[in-house]
Amino acid sequence: MNGLKKSLLVSIWFMFLTFPIMVIRVNTVNKTIEWRWENVLWIGLGSFVLSFVWRYLMERRNRGGSSDGDQGGKVQTMIRQIMTQPRFFLPAGAFLLAAAAVFPLITSTYQVNIMITALIYVMLGLGLNIVVGLAGLLDLGYVAFYAVGAYTYALLNYHFGLGFWLVLPLGGALGALFGILLGFPVLRLRGDYLAIVTLGFGEIIRLILENWNEFSQGPSGIANISRPGFFGMEMGVTQASVYIYYLMIAMVIVTIFVVNRLQDSRIGRAWMALREDEIACQAMGIDKMKTKLMAFSLGATWAGFAGVIFAAKTTFINPASFTFLESAIILSIVVLGGMGSILGVILAAFIMILLPEYLRAFSEYRMLIFGAAMVLMMVFRPQGLISTPKRHYTYKGQAKETGAKA
Amino acid sequence: MDYFWELFFGGLTRGAIYALIALGYTMVYGIIELINFAHGEIYMIGAFTALIVAGVLSMMGFSGISILVLASLVAVIYSMSYGFTLEKIAYRPLRHAPRLSPLISAIGMSIFLQNYVLLAQTSDFLPFPRLIPKFEFMKPYYSTMAESDLLIILVAAVAMILLTMLIKFTKMGKAMRATAQNRKMAMLVGVNVDRIISTTFIIGSALAALGGVLIASHIGQINFYIGFIAGIKAFTAAVLGGIGSIPGAVLGSLVLGWTESFGTGYISSDYEDVFAFSLLVLILIFRPAGILGRSTTQKV
Repeated sequence: MNGLKKSLLVSIWFMFLTFPIMVIRVNTVNKTIEWRWENVLWIGLGSFVLSFVWRYLMERRNRGGSSDGDQGGKVQTMIRQIMTQPRFFLPAGAFLLAAAAVFPLITSTYQVNIMITALIYVMLGLGLNIVVGLAGLLDLGYVAFYAVGAYTYALLNYHFGLGFWLVLPLGGALGALFGILLGFPVLRLRGDYLAIVTLGFGEIIRLILENWNEFSQGPSGIANISRPGFFGMEMGVTQASVYIYYLMIAMVIVTIFVVNRLQDSRIGRAWMALREDEIACQAMGIDKMKTKLMAFSLGATWAGFAGVIFAAKTTFINPASFTFLESAIILSIVVLGGMGSILGVILAAFIMILLPEYLRAFSEYRMLIFGAAMVLMMVFRPQGLISTPKRHYTYKGQAKETGAKA
Repeated sequence: MDYFWELFFGGLTRGAIYALIALGYTMVYGIIELINFAHGEIYMIGAFTALIVAGVLSMMGFSGISILVLASLVAVIYSMSYGFTLEKIAYRPLRHAPRLSPLISAIGMSIFLQNYVLLAQTSDFLPFPRLIPKFEFMKPYYSTMAESDLLIILVAAVAMILLTMLIKFTKMGKAMRATAQNRKMAMLVGVNVDRIISTTFIIGSALAALGGVLIASHIGQINFYIGFIAGIKAFTAAVLGGIGSIPGAVLGSLVLGWTESFGTGYISSDYEDVFAFSLLVLILIFRPAGILGRSTTQKV
């Protein structure tokens, strides 16, 4: 009964709150007002039901303490087992690879193009995952490096006719260079300041691309960028997409491999230490500056690669593809997937890109749902879809003597 | 020289607007150390509410000044409600979470609110009625300053004086300062911290709504995206002056306003936003604590 009353109050409050914006639409030119009273009803009903869900989840969150509920826990351990035992993940990986290989043979060019986009986002997500997930540096201007990669290829191709394969490493290198350029000044900044400066940096890059007409052709962008070649073979549009698709699969596999190896390397552990506690990490003798710069430049490298491929895929780029929203999407992929978790990021990238593609009807609501998902994720499941287990090292040698103390 | 004064007052007006928004940022940051990314959206919602109310009222036959007052009043009330709800949904559950969580939640909320207005209203620029009346005595100064500039500067100044008095002399202000200094300690001496934080959001939102109404009727058009850029710039201003400090926010806003105004006036109008962001980056690199901010050493 108490719950009913509370929900009733909530729904009345939301009806009041959304009243002017949801109900009234004023046309100041024609001097007409459109009243949409039915929206009040929807809002009222919706918030009434949702408030029950909210309260239930809230209670569960408070009861369950930190994170894993019983069910979530089981699924998590299952996934973890699959991930760690070669018996499971080798066949699973082989199956996925086979499925990915035959995908363009059994579907249309349209599907292949969507898949390429999703794969580009997988790459971007994994790249940003290095910076945000592993090193704990919130980068809101990640799309700037993506733009650097894309414009590197577009401009070099336009002016000098350089080919894709030549520019791909160049794009990565330039991305890394910009990463370091940005990284240097902002090294001293903590958390949220860093976020704002990276955001500002991203916007500066976009604004320059938009306004410096002689350099980047401004908002009209650069068209007719050539597609990647394959030993000088002539390819139609369909073949080119399939080719880029396979290329992307290969790139993603390389990315996964590299990120995975990085995670377990010395620098990867330094990143995680930095993320957990900066001061303790410094006290352990880790060079903070080097570690952060590495994170920035490596993350930016992947964005550079992805940018080059993006330009080659669409054959047309303009600054509108590199807005803050894009950074936010990539960030929400990382957050949704579970910071630091490779599998989670891949999964989240597919969900975020493919879902709105296939559910065209709700693609209008896509950003609305992204935003809500980011908030809900932070409130109810901050560790993401698939959380990375914290690793504990147990010292086995003298476990008996120190066991009691530990 | 006339051109100089035109730019000077243009910058002053801009600065006053930024200050109204920046105060919300700086107050929230001062108390819970959170960059309230959705603050710009509150400002946008304030402007939209004012537009809707003004539209309805003008069709009902109300006259200029009464529309302005009523529209601002409704906008302020609604923005306060949004600010309050926002804090309750997106930030309160994350009070004890790691630092990045509320920030990401704030970005999510900002995206959500933008798209909510986009879907419920429109993505086009809407013309905003000129609500600010013309005064006879302003005629000689039109080359440098219009009524809207004067009104914006006056409202901003009054709002700031009231806010300063609220914080300095009232019990509520004292509780706010205590909470900002040490939340746990404030709780121990009987301050209702949750309520103080809510109040901070409400006051900040009210100021942002005032800014929204004023700038919308000054510029003459709004859309769902205005909150983003204005929010970032106001945040820049808050950081510039030293975040957490109220006079700092005002000073930072004025500096930012003048930088933009003179930058666009004397260098190039294409790069207006670039000036603001570059200033932000430079300030954070060379003086991370801001102009009036004190640098604090991090405790282990």
